[in-house]
Amino acid sequence: MPYTKRRRLVSSAVAVALGATALAACGSSSDDDAAQSGPVSLTYWTWTPGMDKVVDLWNKGPGKKEQITVTVKKQASGDTLVTKILTAHKAGKAPDLVQAEYQALPTLVSNDALADIGDDVGDAKSKFADGVWQQTTLGTDAVYAVPQDIGPMMFYYREDLFKEYGLSVPATWEEFAETARALKKKAPDKDLTTFSANDSGLFAGLAQQAGARWWTTSGDKWKVGIDDAATKRVAEFWGGLVEEGAIDNQPMYTPAWNKALNTGKQIAWVSAVWAPGTLTTAAPDTKGKWAMAPLPQWGDGESRTGSWGGSSTGVTTDSGNKEAAAKFATWLNTDGDALNALAKEGGIYPASTSAQLSGAFTTAPEYFSNQPDFYRKAADIAETTAPSAWGPNVNVAYTTFRDAFGAAAKNKSGFTAALTTMQEDTVADLKKQGFGVAE
Amino acid sequence: MSSVALRKAEPAAGTTRGPARPRRIALVPTLTLLLGAVYCLLPVAWVVIASTKSGSELFSTFTFWPGTGFADNVADLSAYRDGVYWQWMGNSALYAGLGALLSTCVSAVSGYALAVYRFRGRESLFNVLLAGVLMPPVILAIPQYLLLAKADLTDSYLSVLLPQILSPYGVYLARIYAAAAVPSDVVEAGRMDGAGEWRIFSRVALPMMVPGLVTVFLFQFVAIWNNFLLPYIMLSDDEKFPITLGLYTLLEQGANTPALYTLVITGAFLAVFPLVALFLVIQRFWSLDLLSGAVKS
Repeated sequence: MPYTKRRRLVSSAVAVALGATALAACGSSSDDDAAQSGPVSLTYWTWTPGMDKVVDLWNKGPGKKEQITVTVKKQASGDTLVTKILTAHKAGKAPDLVQAEYQALPTLVSNDALADIGDDVGDAKSKFADGVWQQTTLGTDAVYAVPQDIGPMMFYYREDLFKEYGLSVPATWEEFAETARALKKKAPDKDLTTFSANDSGLFAGLAQQAGARWWTTSGDKWKVGIDDAATKRVAEFWGGLVEEGAIDNQPMYTPAWNKALNTGKQIAWVSAVWAPGTLTTAAPDTKGKWAMAPLPQWGDGESRTGSWGGSSTGVTTDSGNKEAAAKFATWLNTDGDALNALAKEGGIYPASTSAQLSGAFTTAPEYFSNQPDFYRKAADIAETTAPSAWGPNVNVAYTTFRDAFGAAAKNKSGFTAALTTMQEDTVADLKKQGFGVAE
Repeated sequence: MSSVALRKAEPAAGTTRGPARPRRIALVPTLTLLLGAVYCLLPVAWVVIASTKSGSELFSTFTFWPGTGFADNVADLSAYRDGVYWQWMGNSALYAGLGALLSTCVSAVSGYALAVYRFRGRESLFNVLLAGVLMPPVILAIPQYLLLAKADLTDSYLSVLLPQILSPYGVYLARIYAAAAVPSDVVEAGRMDGAGEWRIFSRVALPMMVPGLVTVFLFQFVAIWNNFLLPYIMLSDDEKFPITLGLYTLLEQGANTPALYTLVITGAFLAVFPLVALFLVIQRFWSLDLLSGAVKS
């Protein structure tokens, strides 16, 4: 992996850190001003299921009028796709459009793979919550992608079992810990939930809710705040619960975890808006027994949530038709019909605020038919998403998280040391890549 | 694999043996081998059984208890994106079949040349080749991608086929085998009789090398069939994907979509069959070396 990245980085690294002006320059420098007149065809790397059907709508509708044809090339999601895009970009062969998770955007931008499409997306900004839009600008004047889907975090719990054990839905994390302990007392073989050291995205979201900002820029340097006070608080909280045995320490998304959810051994799950899909396959027997509530808060009267997952559509610097590509990206993520189709075919939760309550989202997901206002509530929660701050080596931070927290969770040894490791490794990698790092 | 050879070695009934002596079973080696067999076969058994389970049974029923959904799983898999799975299977067969065949041809010619002809730099060439054997093909994938991108060949069938044709290991095996199986006397005799070099190679040496070449073919076939990184880097169009890559896209669908476990497991199960069939068909060639050979010493 590092093989592909090194070269470009050193030269473009500083540019990113510098922010707006330098970024805007490298984005719009190439050939997009050669106005296209004839028909244009674009390729699009995406992992969203059913995207080809959504793109058909474009190719038969607005795309036909504008003579812009888009071809979908379905990919596997994840960090490996970022590497693949960067490799292709190195050869000048990246597709016109790519799907990218928010935390991957700084990596792609610092490798000069994503173009600034700020001039071509019109008033798209108004369709999204500020916290969401900010992730695609990286805090500059440029726009590197159009938000597609988001994953605001929520608290899921077994309504029936909570009643059975006389538990109430925790409004704060303090109450959450009390609930976990109370359950242990009443039913020692059950756990409220688990802390999974496999899912860096979950921890990042929880830290984001607590107000952590892991990567920020100061002057022309990156500042890494993975061990800041907010993250420490989150790490100590979960580490403490694991240490005292109030919650489980097994990873999620394993057959054992599925079984624990399905049999009611674990009775709650801190997750995001896409949980119904996961629960449908993981815990099919408990359909209709779950309910969703906002995430517990750190302070009374607060209402903030983090995000776990979500992605955007970016235009690459290799594209010969950036304007056309940006036009498609805007349509895909703001047009009502497109978003409806995306929700139906791809099961996404749209980033666009107007779509969060229309079409597929007027009725609750089938798994949550007992909670008819599921999406109404989800939209309210999504609005409270705390801003996030991603940097150019999220993958390194995530890998270290899995290693260090994985070991700590297994040994039940508290997470403070693991957090320090994560901070140090991330800083060391940034330096190694040639970025300036403020201490 | 050894069944054919064993049967041949068996004496005809009632010819030589006296009354059967009770055989002592060596306990420790047998146990060790049994343990090894269980270790290897358990995951296979898991895949076989898991592929019969429907989505709701997969994680909720006992692991080694067969489910009821095999037919549905296969139907779902065939229906996924208009049967793209079978397209992947076809692609894999093409990459592995044609790739292994071409690779075997190249290995045969070069291995034969290295074994039979003496020329300046032969040994250093062979040593470079040996270094190539030690080099894992994975680290070559990205340079190969950059090279093929220059030739505008990425995202094509050729981009996956071409890099796999030259296999250092195949050439190495072919040379070793040619050196052992093709006696220089035979080549000399061919020359005496006035046969051209090509004729000697194709009519005399090649038949002698067949068992070795079958090994090369099988090795390459399996290597290409299981290869992941090269096609992953080269291809972006999922209709050109081999099966490894296709199943990976089923698994990594993004955070908001659950992985299609049942489809992946069924897909992996079905993908084993061509390999098993190939081994069953081709293994008979391995026993040929017992019968062939022109010069007895």
